[in-house]
Amino acid sequence: MADQTVNQHTLPPNPEKATLEGRNKFLGFWFFLGGETVLFASLFGTYLGLRGGVVSGPGPDDLFHLPLVFIMTMILLTSSLTSVFAIISMKRGNYKGLLVWMWVTVALGLAFLGLEIYEFYEYYHYGLGFTTSAFASSFYTLVGTHGAHVAFGIGWIVTLLIRYRKTGLTLTNAPKFYVAVLYWHFIDVVWVFIFSVVYLMGYGG
Amino acid sequence: MGQHGMDPSAPLTGKPSKKTQRKLRNEMRTQLISFVLMIFLTSMAFISIASDAIPTGFAMPFILLLAVIQVILQLYVFMHLNERGNGWPNAMIWTGVLVAIPTVASLMLLLGIVKW
Repeated sequence: MADQTVNQHTLPPNPEKATLEGRNKFLGFWFFLGGETVLFASLFGTYLGLRGGVVSGPGPDDLFHLPLVFIMTMILLTSSLTSVFAIISMKRGNYKGLLVWMWVTVALGLAFLGLEIYEFYEYYHYGLGFTTSAFASSFYTLVGTHGAHVAFGIGWIVTLLIRYRKTGLTLTNAPKFYVAVLYWHFIDVVWVFIFSVVYLMGYGG
Repeated sequence: MGQHGMDPSAPLTGKPSKKTQRKLRNEMRTQLISFVLMIFLTSMAFISIASDAIPTGFAMPFILLLAVIQVILQLYVFMHLNERGNGWPNAMIWTGVLVAIPTVASLMLLLGIVKW
């Protein structure tokens, strides 16, 4: 029987966890997210320790423009929801829906990234270079690392969307999409803390 | 699944079972409710700082609390940590959080207050 292959499968309730490989990807990815938590914790700790060191450069009060950051937060939060829709479409066996919602997620991610680049560009013109002060270095490192994660996530999802544009949903690509969506949610988790700790607390206190 | 002769690149066809469809409908509702809640919490945090209506001493712990609630929603609803059989993923992420808290605290103290 082993040499006989089945060329079609019925849709299981959780296609991302229907194979051992899928379950391993899922588990391994959560292990990775635990490590990411610590990575961002070290950057948050460094920022919180150094944020008072503005020397003669501009500080959080001079720079932060809360409405812009609020809009960025809303965009990222909405992209998190559209990726949830993508996974629900996947579980319904609606592959087209999965692809469309993932493209919407990518578009929102690009909008977020564009606003972040604009924001950094503005700060640079206010005189906040990377080496201006301890605040500047730790701020750019923390928020920039998050931005790099967004950029990487966009690249990852676009790669999946192009690679699997015509294959339909399979037991191979279901875990890949699922794990990419987990990564995307995690990016939003980190941003919630950046919004609260860096921007709101930098402005308020 | 997982039987011999299975081709993992074969397309998955057919509709989910009635039970799964009902589960997905409920899930959709839960996800939407938590999304609205997250939007509300973010707006509350934003307003509490932007409006100057709330004293800073209260606003700081308040927005941190809102952030924690939002992240719990994100992890448990959007990322499905609440589902059965997700014990290990829970262990992984909470181990990360367990290491993260002393990391943030010690870096804050060493760099910001002791200044070594």
